[in-house]
Amino acid sequence: MFEKVLVANRGEIAVRVIQACQKLGVKTVAVYSDADREALHVQMADEAYHIGPPPVAQSYLNVERIIQVALESGAQALHPGYGLLAENASFARRCREKGLIFIGPRPEAMEAMGFKVKARRIMQEAGVPIVPGNVDGIQDLEEAKEVAREIGYPVMVKASAGGGGIGMQISRDEKELEQAFKMCEARAKAYFGDPSLYLEKYIEEPRHIEIQVLADNDGHTIHLNERECSVQRRHQKVIEEAPSTFVDPELRQKMGAAAVRAARAIGYNNAGTVEFLVDPQRNFYFLEMNTRIQVEHPVTEMTTGVDLVEWQLRIAAGEPLTLKQEDIGINGHAIECRIYAEDPDKNFMPSPGKITRWQVPQLEGFRADVGVYEGYTVSPYYDPLLAKFIAWGPTRDGAIELMLRALGTTVVEGIKTSIPFHIKALQSKLFREGRTTTNFIDQLKKEE
Amino acid sequence: MAEVACPMAGVVAEVKVQPGDTVEPGQDLLILESMKMMIPFQSETNGVVREVKVNVGDFVNEGDVVIVLE
Repeated sequence: MFEKVLVANRGEIAVRVIQACQKLGVKTVAVYSDADREALHVQMADEAYHIGPPPVAQSYLNVERIIQVALESGAQALHPGYGLLAENASFARRCREKGLIFIGPRPEAMEAMGFKVKARRIMQEAGVPIVPGNVDGIQDLEEAKEVAREIGYPVMVKASAGGGGIGMQISRDEKELEQAFKMCEARAKAYFGDPSLYLEKYIEEPRHIEIQVLADNDGHTIHLNERECSVQRRHQKVIEEAPSTFVDPELRQKMGAAAVRAARAIGYNNAGTVEFLVDPQRNFYFLEMNTRIQVEHPVTEMTTGVDLVEWQLRIAAGEPLTLKQEDIGINGHAIECRIYAEDPDKNFMPSPGKITRWQVPQLEGFRADVGVYEGYTVSPYYDPLLAKFIAWGPTRDGAIELMLRALGTTVVEGIKTSIPFHIKALQSKLFREGRTTTNFIDQLKKEE
Repeated sequence: MAEVACPMAGVVAEVKVQPGDTVEPGQDLLILESMKMMIPFQSETNGVVREVKVNVGDFVNEGDVVIVLE
């Protein structure tokens, strides 16, 4: 095992990684920007280094500075968390050049999945079902129209280099396609520096279900069941759960096998997630692979008993994955609510500021992964995720009840949070009945 | 004269008005970037812009006066 690991992230995930390191007796190095001097991850790590001003481009994305700190501090490995540099293959490569171990997959696997058009082609060849659409990308609007006529409207225009819901737009007819094409091209160029686009059939009322995989450096690959992540706002997840109410053992086995095939096709190592869209007829289609730990990994941990971050560290340190597929069961049900600093009554507008009161209950079966504390000022420079609440129960209803109890007894003052939304969502008939599609929030509003 | 205060902390991403402009309710004054979102900040009243107190890239706190209208 490593003696010292640098955590190249901030917020709750940096805290989570530090805790996993502590469990294994590994010393930790935190990095921070000017805006994060008082941050929890900085207080928890054994050492902390300042890396620059608040904007991420000058701090948490400053590859050379972070590598310099890693070398100076004597860290042997670097954990990227999620977001920021986590899926940056050239960063992983740079770590390798400098003799540092990047805790994640090898850069070649990241590259294979990083470019969505290329990933679709590899998946198709590996026998993983993909959403109908064109595999090679579209050159211009005329070609887009042609492809759309072939696969039928509605279609989704997407950025080849995209992710996180940015640079994608649905079109229901040719006129909408013209607008979507222009808009996505501009956004793709602005956000990803690459204007190339591709087209997919839009799956109506899809569910967003993903499969967790773990693979060691020798290619031993297993899956750890699904997570249901359909409840989203602005194409970003808000509530996740495992298992999915929609997945039966047969579908789980099929999706799990497809995810393992996907990982093997690119020689994947470490923890990763294969995302699928599932239509109402239970057809599933490869969406993308996230080559990192996911925000919602705790629901898998709570239902399988496997510590995913610990395994990330073990695999990166060269240990074989001793878990076999048959060791992975499903114990009960877990739900995660993402607690964001935002105002659900004002269309989820950000709510940065000082947390004057922060009181989270301790309950059996309830876990809180937290990146803040009372007296901490939430900076407008970063993502609004404050904490993740995870509730486990022997049944789905039990998990919902526990989560409602936790949400109801949590006290946050000074800033607005998404807690009132979560309470409303979990109390709704829609959620109770498991009718969680990606249109959940709109449907919830309609049923009110 | 009316001082227009910023509704939340963030970084000024775009200034949509300049001194002398006539504004009406609902018109964008600034675009703020906060927590990875672009948020248009709109005028609540009619008026003429007398002074813009911020530039693109400035950090503003909630309650900071950013624009003076008359």
